[in-house]
Amino acid sequence: MQEVTLRVNGEDYTRKVEGRTLLAQFLRDQLRLTGTHIGCDTTQCGACTVLMDGRAVKSCTILAAAADGAEVQTIEGVAEGERLNFVQQAFHEHHALQCGFCTPGMVMAATDIIRRHEGVLDEMTVRRELEGNLCRCTGYHNIIKAVLAAAEVYRRSKAPAQATAN
Amino acid sequence: MYQTTYHKGQSLDQVRKLHAELPEPSYISGGFTLIPAMKNRLAAPENLIDLRALPELRGITRDGDRLRIGAASCHAEVAGSPEVAQSIPALALLADSIGDMQVRHMGTIGGSVANNDPAADYPAAVLALGATIITDQREIAAHDFFTGMYATDLAEGEIILRIDFPVPRSAGYAKLRNPASKYAIAASFVARGSDGSVRVAVTGAGEDGVFRWFDAEQALADRFETASVEALQPDPGMMLSDLHGSAEYRAALVKVMTARAVDAQGSVDIC
Repeated sequence: MQEVTLRVNGEDYTRKVEGRTLLAQFLRDQLRLTGTHIGCDTTQCGACTVLMDGRAVKSCTILAAAADGAEVQTIEGVAEGERLNFVQQAFHEHHALQCGFCTPGMVMAATDIIRRHEGVLDEMTVRRELEGNLCRCTGYHNIIKAVLAAAEVYRRSKAPAQATAN
Repeated sequence: MYQTTYHKGQSLDQVRKLHAELPEPSYISGGFTLIPAMKNRLAAPENLIDLRALPELRGITRDGDRLRIGAASCHAEVAGSPEVAQSIPALALLADSIGDMQVRHMGTIGGSVANNDPAADYPAAVLALGATIITDQREIAAHDFFTGMYATDLAEGEIILRIDFPVPRSAGYAKLRNPASKYAIAASFVARGSDGSVRVAVTGAGEDGVFRWFDAEQALADRFETASVEALQPDPGMMLSDLHGSAEYRAALVKVMTARAVDAQGSVDIC
């Protein structure tokens, strides 16, 4: 066992982990943050996607010990209190989920994509960058729509006041 | 996954000492090959020694006619590096075509090259560009480095520090991906050196892993056009045959992908 400290959704957690403990297991079993799903456990489905130091990663393929000192954001950390954040809101409005199992991973992956492209996205880019997230209900059409809508919200919120005035 | 003990590497001396002294050690970098293998119990190192934080393995720099990429650079860093995009655009775009976004955030060039998966992308680029693999012990020419499927010239405990690419006159890469795994079913990297020489390296298709297609190199050195490749017939006898495609299919793809890589100089053609 070794001790690790991770900052998860803005709070520091120090816990003992085994060398083989995966980040997804650490989040789910030790911190009880079960919004991070484990779908395939083979690095394919992306349901376990979280942001680690700001970048979307598959937490089922990262050792908790290797994440020592990292800052992690999970689906539990995105809403503003009771209010859905802009990505969640767009998923809600565009009916971008059916069974909902893949949704936490989709939202976290979408957050990275939108931020990295500063909200300037087209359909092909979203489809390409979401390749690592599988939806077995095959609800991709509305997921893409939701990501594009959320990107638009993000872009507007970041636009300088002058540009908005024009 | 069996029990393992994780060690964060702090310095080259420390990781070499750990590797020499601990039982059943393995270096780890991004871990996106090793951890899935450990989950399946195909690998069971008792000690994992993480190389990612070592400063000797970090950084991407252009130095005259060489592009130097630290082994711990992840695929997204290579894809997003202005130095790579300006020096060898096909290499940046190749990195951007590996796996998926989350994989590109973790997987590293050093890990990919050391693992030498028969369907990995980087070995084709390293071989076709005539790169040099710089380890903590020596410099190895790409042509001598890849020695077969999952096999390299690396000695036990030897560490790749960086890969030095000579900047070519032009280079292009074409790949047919397996739509599920994103690994290459067949892919070809075609590079024209500053001296006019041509190198063609094929990944995904060969039964011994990445290989140079010498007939195509010769034909393209004479005339650098797709017709030179289309006149050739790759040997199905040296191709991989599995559930994704027969040896004959892969031989046909090798020709098509090489012709497309000739057309895609300065870029990539991913399908």
